Amino acid sequence: MSQAIIEWVSGPVVRARPEGAFVMREAVRVGEQGLLGEVIRIKESEIVIQVYEDTTGLRPGIQIEGSGQPLSVRLGPGILGGTFDGLLRPIADISVDGPWVKPGAIEHVAADFYFMPQVAEGDALTPGAIIGRVKPARGREQRILVPPGTSGVVEELVAEGEYRDDVPLCQLRNEDDKRHPVTMSHQWPVRRPRPVSARLPSDEPMLTGQRVIDCLFPVARGGKAAIPGGFGTGKTVLLETLAKWCNADVIVYVGCGERGNELAGLLEEFAELEDPRTGRLLLERTVLIANTSNMPVAAREASIYTGVTVAEYFRDQGYDVALMADSTSRWAEALREVSGRLGELPGEGGYPAYLSSRLADFYERAAKVRTLAGETGSVTLMGAVSPPSGDFSEPVTSHTRRYIRSFWALDTHRAHARFYPAIHPLHSYSTDAGRLARWWHAEGCTHWEELRTRFLTLLDEQARLERMARIIGKDAMPPRQRFILMCAELLNEGFLRQSAFSEIDRSASPARQAVMMRIIGEFIEQAERVVADGVLPEAIAQLPVFRRLMRMSEEIPEGQWEEFSELSDELDKSMVGLVTSNQQTGEA
Amino acid sequence: MFARLTAEGAANRVEGPLLFLRRTLDVGYNEAVEVEGSDGIVRLGRVATVDDDTIVIEVLDDTAGLALAGTRVRFFGEPLKFNVGYGILDRVFNGVGEVIDGGPPIAAEKSMSIDGLPMKPVAREAPKDFLETGVSAIDLMNSLVRGQKLPLFSGGGLPHDQIAMSIAANARLPSAEAQEFAIVFAGIGVPHESAEYFQREMERSGALERSVLFLNLASDSSAQRLLTPRYALTAAEYLAFHEGKHVLVILTDMTNYCEALREVSASRGEVPSRKGYPGYMYSDLATLFERAGRIKGMPGTLTQLPILTMPNDDIGHPIPDLSGYITEGQIVLDRDLHRRGIYPPVKVLPSLSRLMKDGIGEGMTHRDHPALAAQLYAAYARAQQARILASVVGEDGLTEVDRQFLEFGSHFESNIIAHAEPRPVEDSMAVGWEGLKHLPRNELHRLSDAQIEQHLGHHDQPAEE
Ligand SMILES: Nc1ncnc2c1ncn2[C@@H]1O[C@H](COP(=O)(O)OP(=O)(O)OP(=O)(O)O)[C@@H](O)[C@H]1O
Ligand SMILES: [Mg+2]
Repeated sequence: MSQAIIEWVSGPVVRARPEGAFVMREAVRVGEQGLLGEVIRIKESEIVIQVYEDTTGLRPGIQIEGSGQPLSVRLGPGILGGTFDGLLRPIADISVDGPWVKPGAIEHVAADFYFMPQVAEGDALTPGAIIGRVKPARGREQRILVPPGTSGVVEELVAEGEYRDDVPLCQLRNEDDKRHPVTMSHQWPVRRPRPVSARLPSDEPMLTGQRVIDCLFPVARGGKAAIPGGFGTGKTVLLETLAKWCNADVIVYVGCGERGNELAGLLEEFAELEDPRTGRLLLERTVLIANTSNMPVAAREASIYTGVTVAEYFRDQGYDVALMADSTSRWAEALREVSGRLGELPGEGGYPAYLSSRLADFYERAAKVRTLAGETGSVTLMGAVSPPSGDFSEPVTSHTRRYIRSFWALDTHRAHARFYPAIHPLHSYSTDAGRLARWWHAEGCTHWEELRTRFLTLLDEQARLERMARIIGKDAMPPRQRFILMCAELLNEGFLRQSAFSEIDRSASPARQAVMMRIIGEFIEQAERVVADGVLPEAIAQLPVFRRLMRMSEEIPEGQWEEFSELSDELDKSMVGLVTSNQQTGEA
Repeated sequence: MFARLTAEGAANRVEGPLLFLRRTLDVGYNEAVEVEGSDGIVRLGRVATVDDDTIVIEVLDDTAGLALAGTRVRFFGEPLKFNVGYGILDRVFNGVGEVIDGGPPIAAEKSMSIDGLPMKPVAREAPKDFLETGVSAIDLMNSLVRGQKLPLFSGGGLPHDQIAMSIAANARLPSAEAQEFAIVFAGIGVPHESAEYFQREMERSGALERSVLFLNLASDSSAQRLLTPRYALTAAEYLAFHEGKHVLVILTDMTNYCEALREVSASRGEVPSRKGYPGYMYSDLATLFERAGRIKGMPGTLTQLPILTMPNDDIGHPIPDLSGYITEGQIVLDRDLHRRGIYPPVKVLPSLSRLMKDGIGEGMTHRDHPALAAQLYAAYARAQQARILASVVGEDGLTEVDRQFLEFGSHFESNIIAHAEPRPVEDSMAVGWEGLKHLPRNELHRLSDAQIEQHLGHHDQPAEE
């Protein structure tokens, strides 16, 4: 392999004099500790390396070893349920080497898995084909794939049994008579999207259990969503809630430049909570990639790509995968920092000019696909964005907007009033909503689209009327307008508000969402009628049933359908009662 | 540590805090040095960059008096370290870990790198236990949890020093653990009077006995300012993770720290980011704030309460903005409340404690504490809306209910937020429930019927007597 000698060190950036040829994006090892780095620029007599670990103590004269390979990660059955750094190196338990992150090479530790072959000797296999399954002690069944780019006829297939993840399970002999061993795990360069046989249109929602998302601003499987919001508006809680309750098979959670305590909390919770769909621990379907804000900056840049690569690997096994990245702004800042140290010309906000295309590289890896093995799988991407002082016109937010389909804008005012999720209904949108209506229809929620539009219009009117109230006062508004404000209050408080920490309400099934949507729809319809008949909106708001509606999300749990229908009956009765008493007072 | 290399006569340029040497020795990035000028003064420094032929030293003291000739540089061969030991409590240090209380140096049990090492996420234990500060706006509305980092966002002239001192004196753990409580207090770039005030106050309240005090004065060099929180946090890590104590670190004023960061970055000729602060300010602050936490299987905890003054009271300024993105919430002080005589002048709506839910509730404070806080928040937010409305259309334009909220708003500020003496959390909760009695029951959507009945009296009772 080629070598180079360090000439200059500044933070994570190292310049070196090459002896031998290096290629762009080649992975390298630096110094005796074997710090991992990547070649990011090549000149005739100099290469520039981005080092993914703490560079304290590096000095001119130290040697760098090339690897001849692009920066790659090892994908295999051992990943699921694990915690890794930004380069997919396992973060060892405290019992192994203490509580602190130490720089230096970490060797891949091979583990044993029980392999069940699904092919026979003599079968001709194409790239991406499934050769068998493994059932790890923890976690779901996984499929063993022929790495993309490899094909041939199966020879020397092992029998069912325990094998290490780095020993050959079979050999593939290709047309040129070359033999390729296939092991349980294989290397894949993180910056190269894994190939698929076709990208498919998506008309199925990825259900999140969050009403404001599923009902107003849904995301499709294979879709992409951004969550911009100032500090403390609820990005992390929302991403974690989605990681817990969304109906994906595998979750890849990338903690990119954020807080250690949050990841510790997430690990603790995931090790206790069960996935309601499988009854297994949430941790077992999760891969956690942790690069906290105090860990080396450059590894943040890689962690996003590492995350998507892992997501694609599970997608290729035919699974629906959801990836959450918190926060893409920290990733962009890592780009900016390295670019600054290279002396590149800064663009908008100091970010390098290629920010936009890097964002595209990431979000374009979201898709629902037909895999090489002929199955369907999907990768749905959701990224938090942390705009400086909450200003959405800054470069990372505005470029992200160009590539995503669902935009969940978090609002500081809502968050200050502790109204969560603080998704602002007028600043958010979903371009997937139109094509997901059919799915809700098939689920029996035939009015989904109609109610959705009704709700959005109502919220829009509310904003307009509130502006007006500021001029003329609420008391001076006609009953019809006060009625709209009342309905909007119910919609917000009783439907859109959903605490991530309420056991009853942290996640709502599509059925429960549909029932609640319908009841609110009924309320609006009936209230509109009685207000037209001369009943004052304030009289409606005084009804006990109004308070019950306001609190239904926190008080009526999943599956209690009779309670919902009782509530609906009570609503009918109360409204009739109001009209009658109103007529009586009118006649009297 | 002892095989120190020395370079003499290698200096070829001095510029601000930076000293440039011809590279005659094999030294590494970020290693510590001592620079001795021909004036005989020894200054601390560290290696800022190295390339084939130049070493750039960042001198941590004043470079006035340094000449090219006769300047000797001693290389330690390792990053800056702080010698710590149990005797560190009840002592006063300057900003770079030198004893300044006239006492003997402390007996070193450990020599720890001041930069620390990042805690592995898997080694962290999620913070859980309540830490009482005696301030209702914190304990009741934005509870502090051991292992959390919760800053005070203040402004020039607001009483943050007073609040900090009161918390240092009154912060409490449940009595069984009271022994294990310690405070590390770092004044960063503070004026002389403040430094004296801190020292005097801590002696007066007796807090000093369980504290370590670091004082970096406004007149000390900027480069030194960058080290003060690092020395303080190293002392705190020692106390928390070697002595098993529950440590509360108070850092004031982090704005001075950030200004120093900007100054040093500019003198290095780095490309500035927002408002001239370096692009790495987020990461740099994170290396400090992320040192809060707990470690699995270890008894101690490290809690941080940094204080910063928002330039022009602007919460969107890069200093509070980047801090807010790192810390686990913020307590915001407000000039308006201060003017109206509300002490402590905490503006609760933009304040937040993200770990609150893990430190309160059943078995910790009270089962209904979370609901109470949520209801107070919702009600106060509504009161603020009513206030805005009233300021335009007058109180007469409000509905009856809005008028009640308006009244609640004032009550909330002057009776719940404001209090002169430290308040135990039980009392804070009691005044909170009391405050809600001013509102109609059916407007309390964040409380269940049972909670209303238990804490506010029977449901059918009319609220308005
Ligand atoms: N859906 C929710 N339900 C209940 N509480 C929530 C919800 N979302 C946010 N919160 C509250 O808001 C706090 C802040 O949320 P969070 O930590 O997610 O903010 P953030 O946007 O990630 O901030 P930062 O950018 O600083 O990381 C949480 O600690 C929690 O108390
Ligand atoms: Mg967050």
